[in-house]
Amino acid sequence: MHLMYFTEQPMSAYPEEEGRTFGATALMFSNKHFDPVAGSRLYNEYLEHYRLAESVGFDGIMLNEHHNAPFCMQAKCNVFASILAATTKRVKIVLLGNPLPLADNPVRLAEELAMIDMVSRGRLVSGFVRGGGQEQLATGVNPAFNRERFEEAHALIVKAWTQVGPFRWEGTHYQHRVVNPWAVPLQKPHPRVWIPGVLSKETIIWAAQQRYPYIALSTEIEATKKIWELYDKVAAENGYAGGPEYRGYLQRCHIAETDEKAMANAKQFMWMQGEFTGLAHPVWSSPSGYFSPSYRTAFVEYAVGRRSNPRGAAFEDQIANQQIVAGTPKTVIPKLRRLLEETRPSIMGFWASDGFVSSADTRTCIRLLGEEVLPALREIGKELGLWSPFEANAPTSRAFPEPARPAGEVA
Amino acid sequence: MTTPPWTSETLPIAGATLHVTRAGTGTPVLVLHHDIGTPEGLPFYDALARDHTVLLPSHPGYDKSERPAWMRNVRDAAVVYQSLLARIEATRGGDVSVVGLGFGGWIAAEMATMAPRAFRRLVLVGPMGIKPERGDIADQALVSYIDYVRLGFTDQRAFDRIFGAEPATATLEQWDLNREMTFRIAWKPYMYNAALPHLLGGVTTPTLVVWGRDDRIVPLECGERYAKALPQARLAIVEGAGHFLEMEQPDQLARLIGDFLCT
Repeated sequence: MHLMYFTEQPMSAYPEEEGRTFGATALMFSNKHFDPVAGSRLYNEYLEHYRLAESVGFDGIMLNEHHNAPFCMQAKCNVFASILAATTKRVKIVLLGNPLPLADNPVRLAEELAMIDMVSRGRLVSGFVRGGGQEQLATGVNPAFNRERFEEAHALIVKAWTQVGPFRWEGTHYQHRVVNPWAVPLQKPHPRVWIPGVLSKETIIWAAQQRYPYIALSTEIEATKKIWELYDKVAAENGYAGGPEYRGYLQRCHIAETDEKAMANAKQFMWMQGEFTGLAHPVWSSPSGYFSPSYRTAFVEYAVGRRSNPRGAAFEDQIANQQIVAGTPKTVIPKLRRLLEETRPSIMGFWASDGFVSSADTRTCIRLLGEEVLPALREIGKELGLWSPFEANAPTSRAFPEPARPAGEVA
Repeated sequence: MTTPPWTSETLPIAGATLHVTRAGTGTPVLVLHHDIGTPEGLPFYDALARDHTVLLPSHPGYDKSERPAWMRNVRDAAVVYQSLLARIEATRGGDVSVVGLGFGGWIAAEMATMAPRAFRRLVLVGPMGIKPERGDIADQALVSYIDYVRLGFTDQRAFDRIFGAEPATATLEQWDLNREMTFRIAWKPYMYNAALPHLLGGVTTPTLVVWGRDDRIVPLECGERYAKALPQARLAIVEGAGHFLEMEQPDQLARLIGDFLCT
């Protein structure tokens, strides 16, 4: 198994009532409420948590980015990846990921990622995402071309990583006279690419076509099983068998010394009113052209308040269906066993706390995860044969089907 | 008054099927609809068709017209309409007038800059296309479908009459599809072409620029700038109307345009 620590890096030090009054905590919720003194403190606390996660035995640190919203302080995941590349020794740095469509120059991303891979001595996992709906608005990128830009930027980055330059790129959305970055990845053929997602079938299909592991972000167990059904079907169509090494799952999981305390802190997973990207105007989170046409009816009705957020669910429901797990190690291990047995992922991310959970409680959570939960999961993983892409030495992708060189041999 | 019968046809242009409805007899008038698309059978269209051959296409990628995946800007749409006029018999001989509503007004203005002498008359009703110096063109990307359309009405009862107080989901879906196409061709810069004011100076077609006094989507200032940039233009302001004035004040607008087309 590959076990990762994750935090959204919540900017919890903002006046919550201002968000409720404004009616949104994203995109246009004014940054006059951003306190850089608190921001400085929080960034440094989060760095401390990452280092603690490494020291208690996590295999990876998962990073992401969002824009214009207090629910995530990372405006650029490559910044924290760079810091971790130099200040950690062992953990994989797992970016889930860089939002490709937001990049006007994917070659710059290829360079940054190559630098992170070299500085970290080959510890980078470079996931890619489409970016949330409101991210397109925050960065002025056309939502109608989101998926086309995602696919083209990906093709350009992989080419920049794997083919010698200089070469010319004349694409639909990107044109580059000279692609010849003097920074190439240490890992060969290139750093592993994992694709996180929550809703779009197109992304699952695309990931499976590429033979990239797909990371299901806190979906319900039954929905997760459907994801793997689809992934495995597409994998078979593409000449390989899906399985645990292609399956990842992000679990919201808070651990404390008592069940009561864990449950109280776990409520903070709902600090953004339970919606994945904060209390957002529905039109901002689903601009026209961004979502798959198959969801059009649902989203136009959501946009005018005729149906609830397709992505929202109440805390009690999420506890009941295990989208959120909370308790002492003894309480949560059987629940996680059920998840592993039923959905068979080899990659697990632990979104360990959120919102206003104190730094001390977060540290306790990380420590208990490392000392008690992770060792138990490793045993269950062995029992169930949940070998991670690293343990299975799985190929990097369908384009590069030979077994990847283990990262350990790189340095 | 009798309502002229409407017929429709489809034409393949530049790789995609364009849907065109028509009614009436007399000198041909091409009517270009808003960014939200258009309901069928508006009284304004019927009024124009009493004295003219009215051609009312759905923009490429809007309503009933197929989406040309290659299309990237509003001038592309203008070129498609130039092709349309060259293709169909009613307009092939020239002597065509163009009436553009809002976003369709921007397309009409672009068409005029491509063929400065080609049109008999040009009518621009609250057109996008020119960047205001004060304020901005209202950005539909930040508001819901209903809020955006309501913003274009001064009298919300007119909205309720045409779309219903709670528009049907099918209407919302069509607004979403049309909005997506608008994003595909007018996302950045949003709803204007910085080159357009410079090109309008060459247009010799007599032009009527009409503005709803209370247009909250495109500032009235843009109307003044259009009237100034076009050598043969005058600005008429309609009281008690917003951006969608053909739906709010159909009779008054049809009269204004009818008189202008007959001069």
